[in-house]
Amino acid sequence: MGIAAFDEIMGNGSAARPELADLARWLADTPADELRRRQEAAETTFRQLGITFAVYGNNDASERIIPFDIVPRVFLADEWARLSEGLVQRVEAINCFLDDIYGEQEILKAGVLPEDLIFLNPQFRPEIVGIRPPHGVWAHICGIDLVRTGPDEFFVLEDNARTPSGVSYMLENREAMVRLCPELFGQFRVAAVDSYPDRLLETMRSVAPRGCAQNPTCVVLTPGHFNSAYYEHSFLADSMGIELVEAADLVVDDDVVYMRTIGGRVKIDVIYRRVDDDFLDPIVFRPDSMLGVPGLIAAYAAGNVAIINAPGNGIADDKAIYSYMPEIVRFYSGKDAKLPNVETFRCREPEALRYTLDHLDELVVKLVDGSGGYGMLVGPTASKEEIATFRAVLMAEPHRYIAQPTLALSTVPTLVEAGVAPRHVDFRPFVLSGSKGVQVVPGGLTRVALREGSLVVNSSQGGGTKDSFVLLGGGKRQSQVMGSMTQEQSL
Amino acid sequence: MRLTIEHRTLYAFTAPQGRVVQLLRMTPGDTHDQTVAAWHVEVDCDARMTDHRDGFGNATTMLYCEGPIARLELSVTGEVVTSSSGGVLHGTNETLPPRFFLRTTPATAADAEIGAFAKGAATGNDIPALHGLNREIRQRFKDDCGRPAPGLTAAEAFGREALTARDMAQVFIAAASAIGVPARYVWGYCDLAGDHRPTPHGWAEAWVAGLGWIGFDPWLGQSPEEHHVRVAVALDAAGAAPVAGSRLGEGRERLEVDVTVQGEA
Repeated sequence: MGIAAFDEIMGNGSAARPELADLARWLADTPADELRRRQEAAETTFRQLGITFAVYGNNDASERIIPFDIVPRVFLADEWARLSEGLVQRVEAINCFLDDIYGEQEILKAGVLPEDLIFLNPQFRPEIVGIRPPHGVWAHICGIDLVRTGPDEFFVLEDNARTPSGVSYMLENREAMVRLCPELFGQFRVAAVDSYPDRLLETMRSVAPRGCAQNPTCVVLTPGHFNSAYYEHSFLADSMGIELVEAADLVVDDDVVYMRTIGGRVKIDVIYRRVDDDFLDPIVFRPDSMLGVPGLIAAYAAGNVAIINAPGNGIADDKAIYSYMPEIVRFYSGKDAKLPNVETFRCREPEALRYTLDHLDELVVKLVDGSGGYGMLVGPTASKEEIATFRAVLMAEPHRYIAQPTLALSTVPTLVEAGVAPRHVDFRPFVLSGSKGVQVVPGGLTRVALREGSLVVNSSQGGGTKDSFVLLGGGKRQSQVMGSMTQEQSL
Repeated sequence: MRLTIEHRTLYAFTAPQGRVVQLLRMTPGDTHDQTVAAWHVEVDCDARMTDHRDGFGNATTMLYCEGPIARLELSVTGEVVTSSSGGVLHGTNETLPPRFFLRTTPATAADAEIGAFAKGAATGNDIPALHGLNREIRQRFKDDCGRPAPGLTAAEAFGREALTARDMAQVFIAAASAIGVPARYVWGYCDLAGDHRPTPHGWAEAWVAGLGWIGFDPWLGQSPEEHHVRVAVALDAAGAAPVAGSRLGEGRERLEVDVTVQGEA
């Protein structure tokens, strides 16, 4: 398939983008074998660390590592500055939206969104109506998935405001790059990402309920070691220096959450939970949940504990809501969205459905409530049979689907069998919201579709990851030329 | 009418429990036709209780009890003064818009049979149509006076000969949803339901534009009037249940419920 794509290092032609000429030179000068040796060294480390994930529905049920690519993806300082502004604006709007939709519902009164989109959406949780999280912050950690089509053309593909994962890859990939390609960090001033755990802990402490101890107690709540992201849960707890707990370690008494320890109960103020809403509290959500803490929602409603991210957030990152994000941003910020959406056809609308059915071979069609690249059709790469099957599925339940044009996703040079070649990428930056405001961590997770021409970057579908460099102002380090100066003053 | 209510709930465990946490929806609120004159929820062991309100606007109580617990008995006693507005509700605590109650749950989803039944029983979605639907459900099923089967859905219940009040109400909700009428489940008390019942009473409410929420009690084949005390609402019976609980410990539990409602004109 021949989509003419913007290459983030090589630009549109054969010559590298001027700002990244040094990187292109590094790539040209380092033999492919050497790159491969380094890449294998990184992957060996990842395997030893246990940064693995399980692929659902796979018979061999083996734990795999996500392939790592040694060639970094680079954002220039001014590109990043503009991108950050857009991300902050979007995440601020997501927080306002959640606060409103579970509260006064002004956005519905103003007629900006169809009511049924909220009230008939299973992601709108009646159990949360009327509860306000400490400090009014809902989406403490957002992963906003972006794609790029040109030097300054970024689009939001998906908002993740529940429990976005992947941040451990951002940190581990960087550690590997510093170790294996130190020369790049000599050449470029790359913003550090290793402060992420500190920033996250600071964010957690900032939203501790008012009136709790000066030093709030924070924990990470994991569903357990069988969860595909368990490594990340333990990694984050470790690097923040806080306890990793499972439901059985927590107990709620008198609307207060405690952790059982050998020394007795310790009051918990902030929980970074990596357990889905459905399983969080068996007496409010699914009664069969073994992963939840009975009474947790009561403690939360009483204002005695902060839950990160807030329960009920799914209504903000639902794909059906996504298509209204430009209107949502405008409603709460009074300004146009700085980061545009990808054009989206809501198949629930008859005209959009007709258009989608007529252009299935050009469009990407996705389940509104799907994730991980499952239940989707990538028209341009699908076979006739796949399109025919999908057409039937779509016509049976059109309200469950949205369609988007196939974008010419940007590429980044990537090490493949035959050497270095362009591969399509997307990007998930991590945005933190605390009581003192919203911040974007200078880096993120770049996912790369390793198959030639493929646009599906999901790790479950054969995608890999790359380190993402954000260059600080000036970009290139000034090389210091030292020379002797004459001591003698000429007369 | 003055209704005197006694509602006893006993959990007996085959092995002592380490902890019990329960969410109780056992406290009725005032409406135009319902004034709670006295209400007490008591538990027979050392427990901490806190008051809340859930997303549906129901008054709730959290109960935290430390073990070892071999049995736990909840005693509700109260007096409620009622009047009647022909089933039309006024002054209820509403937190969600009527359209929300177009949502169904696995327990209230209509299958093709219920859909066809609803369209046959109710011509339109106005009051007469809904009363017609209510009567049709009454006529279709015999009374099952036992305790409802846990997890039975409206679609499963529809194939049975005899139904409990809960299941008739859930069939009503499923049928209402099939004709596009927002509907919800209510549990409460009713002095016409008989003495020493093994379960509280349950019925449905449907929303009619221009009038608001209206009660329909398919067990009685009419709208609830002064004989009913409304306690909690939700999308289905499980969501409105008087007790949602979690226990830490081995063994099985035995549940005994005894409800007595006496009405005085």
